[in-house]
Amino acid sequence: MDNQEKKKLLRMMLLIRRFEEKLVALSKDPQKIGGMMIVCTGQEAAAAGSGAALLPEDVIITNHRSHGHLLAKGAEPDLIMAEIFGRRTGYNKGKSGTLHIAAPEVNALCTTTVVGGGIPIAMGTAFAAQYQQKDYVTVCYFGNGSSDEGSFHEALNMAALWNLPVIFLCENNVYAGAQRMEEHTKVQNIADRAIAYGMRGEIVDGNDALAVYEAVQRAREECLSGAGPVLIECKTYRWGGHGTADEQLYQPQDEIASWKEKCPINKLKADLLQTGALTELDYQQMETEIEQIVDQAVQFAETSPWPDPAEALEDVYV
Amino acid sequence: MQQITLGEAVNQALREEMRRDERVFIAGEGVGVSIHSGPGATSGLLEEFGPRRVKDTPVSEAGIAGLAVGASVMGLLPVVEVMFNPFFTIAADQIVNHAAKLRYLSGGKSKFPLVVRIKTGAGIGAGCQHSHNLEAWLAHSPGLKVVMPATPADAKGLLKSAIRDENPVIFIEDIILHWVPGPVPEEDYTIPIGVADIKKPGTDVTVVTWSKALGTAFKAAGQLEQEGISVEIVDLRSLVPLDEATILESVRKTGRLVILHEATRTGGFGGEIAALAAEKAFDALKAPVIRVTAPDIPVPCSKPLEDFYMPNEADLIEAIKRLF
Repeated sequence: MDNQEKKKLLRMMLLIRRFEEKLVALSKDPQKIGGMMIVCTGQEAAAAGSGAALLPEDVIITNHRSHGHLLAKGAEPDLIMAEIFGRRTGYNKGKSGTLHIAAPEVNALCTTTVVGGGIPIAMGTAFAAQYQQKDYVTVCYFGNGSSDEGSFHEALNMAALWNLPVIFLCENNVYAGAQRMEEHTKVQNIADRAIAYGMRGEIVDGNDALAVYEAVQRAREECLSGAGPVLIECKTYRWGGHGTADEQLYQPQDEIASWKEKCPINKLKADLLQTGALTELDYQQMETEIEQIVDQAVQFAETSPWPDPAEALEDVYV
Repeated sequence: MQQITLGEAVNQALREEMRRDERVFIAGEGVGVSIHSGPGATSGLLEEFGPRRVKDTPVSEAGIAGLAVGASVMGLLPVVEVMFNPFFTIAADQIVNHAAKLRYLSGGKSKFPLVVRIKTGAGIGAGCQHSHNLEAWLAHSPGLKVVMPATPADAKGLLKSAIRDENPVIFIEDIILHWVPGPVPEEDYTIPIGVADIKKPGTDVTVVTWSKALGTAFKAAGQLEQEGISVEIVDLRSLVPLDEATILESVRKTGRLVILHEATRTGGFGGEIAALAAEKAFDALKAPVIRVTAPDIPVPCSKPLEDFYMPNEADLIEAIKRLF
């Protein structure tokens, strides 16, 4: 990855960070969006790093903590924000809200809130690539908790059996709901489960965007060569609670602080500053631009029309 | 006209649609090489189309259904099989939360043109974890179409429609009917989903039914004719969308309504038909609406117990006579 691309990666992480921070702020005002927001603050490297390794034709299937994945796949901040605001101009005309956004325009085909529910679907989109002999891969994002679901087992077994071009990308953020890793599974690494399906598993520093990028790029090539699915585990951390309504009573403060020390944005920024690829001024400019993008998204959403109530009846059937 | 079983009619529909459209593939447990002896609905398809298009899957119902969801959104036309209706519950998350809802959640941008074939029905002595008619569960999930043919000819035409439909369609085949022959046109034809069929016209009472219970309705109607009661039999064929017009027209004509289904009573789809008549044809009713159904018990194994479970023609005759 050249310096220009690395700066893009940093920029994407910053966009995801500021987008999510804005949602957290807006969620405190019931006049704005209200309700619980599920954000990925602290996990930006997994989203941005993997997104940078994908081409437009690649498919993503994601989960309730999806905003970063969607942005990194190229979804428009304006249209995501409008969907979160429940407006007609949003990606899904207000039918999805924050939790289920689909952006078929960028092949983000499904965001499901059923934990593990997207994994069999990703196996299916990968099957279609193989069936039609098309050169795209599917990336399925899920958390450590999802790997306890039966759907994980069925889908990974079938994907491996049929050598399907799918990357199962686990963002292990230490928690599944309020349970720490050691409270919900005996294994220490989700990637260790790969061997049970006869596929390759890999552990990546999930706060290192470049490492994630390289791992996903390798896995993508493997998939396209017919070498079958890959399970990548990105070790990262959820700075916030499950959602904004979660008081995080179960997350030790010192643990949160230690992971903030490993902030993925600071890490890449420091690397780029050190090599001279980035100056503080560049970074300030980046911050300013992103602030404008996020403010513009909110303005677009707030000034967009609500759907007509009768539109609730549309889009059930073709 | 050829006389073939419902199973063979399903086989013909699959074969013809697979020949017609390369996007159609089938997947499921034993759809290629089966553990069940004798001709099945997918027999011979592996030989003709090969393992690329006839996918024998692991025993993974959620995986099979997810395969259909993912493949369909990418433009394929999957026809996947859930071996027996109770196993649908393992696939239910994919069907109910995903196949049915993802189009809506996309704001109408995505399509999921898949078919899930499910074998169903009591009468095979296999007990309640193989026999459990769950059509009402499926009909209660907006986004799905639900089809339950009773004759081989309907099965062929409706399955072709289901495969060509751009929505997720649940196609439920009674396993006993799989072995029952009937006349089936040899040419390519479709029967529209959502259109009921008056299988027997009559003037005194309407019996609304579907799937295997149609045969029971015919037996009862034959006996009642001899006693001077003329029965009109409406075969729904599709539960979703529901052909309200045909039901209501029949009820308005006869003034009496009995609903016959093999599924258990409470929460069964018969209640929906009764409510429809109460809401939209109350003035035409000369007598209460009656449901003839299985009792609210799991399907038992032993022959006399299973026979007791199944609503039969005597039950239907008794119910109809109460209306006069």
